[in-house]
Amino acid sequence: MKKALVAATAAAIFATLASGVSAKSLTVGFSQIGSESGWRAAETTLTKQQAEKRGITLKFADAQQKQENQIKAIRGFIAQGVDAILIAPVVSTGWDAVLKEAKEEKIPVILLDREIDSPKDLFLTAVTSDQVYEGKVAGEWLAKDVGSKDCKVVELQGTTGSSPAINRKKGFEEGIKAASNIKIVRSQTGDFTRTKGKEVMESFIKAEGGGKDICAVYAHNDDMAVGAIQAIKEAGLKPGTDIKIVSIDAVPDIFQAMAKGEANATVELTPNMAGPAFDALEAYLKDKKEPKKWIQTESKLYTQKDDPMKIYEAKKGLGY
Amino acid sequence: MNWFTRRLRRLAPQLAALAIILGVISLVAPGFLTVSVQNGRLYGSLIDILVRAAPVALLTVGMTLVIATRGIDLSIGAVIAICGAVAATLISEGYPLPVVIAVSLGVGIACGLWNGVLVAVLDIQPIIATLILMVAGRGIAQLITEGVILTFNDDTFSALGSGALAGIPIPIYLWIGTALAIGLLIRRTALGFLIEATGINRRAASLAGVRARFLLFSAYAISGLCAAIAGMIVTADIRGADANNAGLWLELDAILAVVVGGTSLNGGRFSITASLIGALIIQSINTGILVSGFPPEFNLIIKAGIIIVVLTLQSPAIVTVFGFIKATRRGDKLNHGAKEATR
Repeated sequence: MKKALVAATAAAIFATLASGVSAKSLTVGFSQIGSESGWRAAETTLTKQQAEKRGITLKFADAQQKQENQIKAIRGFIAQGVDAILIAPVVSTGWDAVLKEAKEEKIPVILLDREIDSPKDLFLTAVTSDQVYEGKVAGEWLAKDVGSKDCKVVELQGTTGSSPAINRKKGFEEGIKAASNIKIVRSQTGDFTRTKGKEVMESFIKAEGGGKDICAVYAHNDDMAVGAIQAIKEAGLKPGTDIKIVSIDAVPDIFQAMAKGEANATVELTPNMAGPAFDALEAYLKDKKEPKKWIQTESKLYTQKDDPMKIYEAKKGLGY
Repeated sequence: MNWFTRRLRRLAPQLAALAIILGVISLVAPGFLTVSVQNGRLYGSLIDILVRAAPVALLTVGMTLVIATRGIDLSIGAVIAICGAVAATLISEGYPLPVVIAVSLGVGIACGLWNGVLVAVLDIQPIIATLILMVAGRGIAQLITEGVILTFNDDTFSALGSGALAGIPIPIYLWIGTALAIGLLIRRTALGFLIEATGINRRAASLAGVRARFLLFSAYAISGLCAAIAGMIVTADIRGADANNAGLWLELDAILAVVVGGTSLNGGRFSITASLIGALIIQSINTGILVSGFPPEFNLIIKAGIIIVVLTLQSPAIVTVFGFIKATRRGDKLNHGAKEATR
């Protein structure tokens, strides 16, 4: 708390200094959820980088997974008179009051990475990925890759009931719908973790005749895929060739596996949500052009052909 | 009654439960009980159970002792994360294996001693005292790994999690070895007896000359040590320290294993062997669900259902009812016999 306060004061001082130097530069407050995952850390790093690149003064507040901290931070940003506010909301409800305060002060609010249940006029736009589409990209890649061969797929789901698990499952099923030769034979939760991914994969291999019948693994995130790769290796099979691996997120470690030929494809959940957000904000401030209420980030597919080692090196420094 | 039959009678409910669970799973998933040799090591779902049970089994050994002193240790899941993070950091900085193991074990014992200070010296209730490290521990682990999954490539260290010796996976040696060593230490000396005395009535035990404070310290230190070994296995297994998820909620599985093993949370009499069978029961359910092909939405319900049945069969009320039925039957026979005689 103290640290946040110090940071806020420091940011305020910097802001006044900056505004003295150039009257045009923007000041944007960013209320981040916390740093619970590597992806979140990368999002923070990229937001700071994007702000620096555009000459925007960024005021950063880490909410440590608490909504009340986020609301406090937003009120702080409003009091300081920032030009815009970015929020990565920790939950989907309870934002109406504080967003109305921002609206009264005519400060545009942009949501990053998650959406909320508030009237659409309370925020400028939301920048998120389409989780169903991510699954679909993975499914379509597999359908194209196996061609007309029969293919038994095992699925490592995310935490049961979480929205990425539900949506990425749905999307993948859509992606392989046209290919009747591809069947999901087993599907279990690996809780988005390496340990569980490995344990579940070990059981799948045993349940499916030593793994020789399994043609591909679809994991809802890269960490579970990394665990599955180890389980496949320990069962004496070759991940990437005997059993294909396709997953979602595009964290650095999966590129290392791809470089070794042990993983085949991953769909990126880009941590660069701030780039499109700043684009929309600058366009809005310049000629009052209202952006669409939802900006979908690109869900890019990476395969072994994309020089995985180079991407690994580029992503490594982002704080994943 | 000799020693063996007495032991068997104590362990009978747990062994029966384990046998029934394995039997049911093998009906649902054919080939479940097959064990073969592949790549020079034992291979099969039963082996998976023994390997995957290693972290909970290790925690269970320490937890049994702590519960026997009428305490509880909620921090061990977090201690797994801390020790895993320490081990991964040292390995990736190139320290030799013996140093890594020694330091990780030392950190685990230190965590246990911290709990010991809070419980034995400051007299804070164990559930609160260990809750502190449970909450703070994961934060400490995240500080050590700097919030990322710290990966390393070291074949000798990762052998602790996924290697094999003479065809048997190393985690199995580690948990059985640790359990044997601690079991012998406790049961071949008077230590176990003294721990039970402390658990039943600490004041009375102290007045009788038992050094209760020292015993409490030892119990929590052993618990920390076991968690450290488990932490190294978990970390070595995935070749990385995941501060957020390593050992998450495993303390609850360990408590459950102790309870399924029939040791009372009120302290006193305990059986490490029964607790270990409890751990195997829990892992058999987990692995069974995975191989049986149920949709994941059912996992927790199936697990809870089986646990309820096992616990109900062991509950004092049911034991009384069974005793009553037995007694009435015997009584009927006696009455019957008496009538015959009078006729």
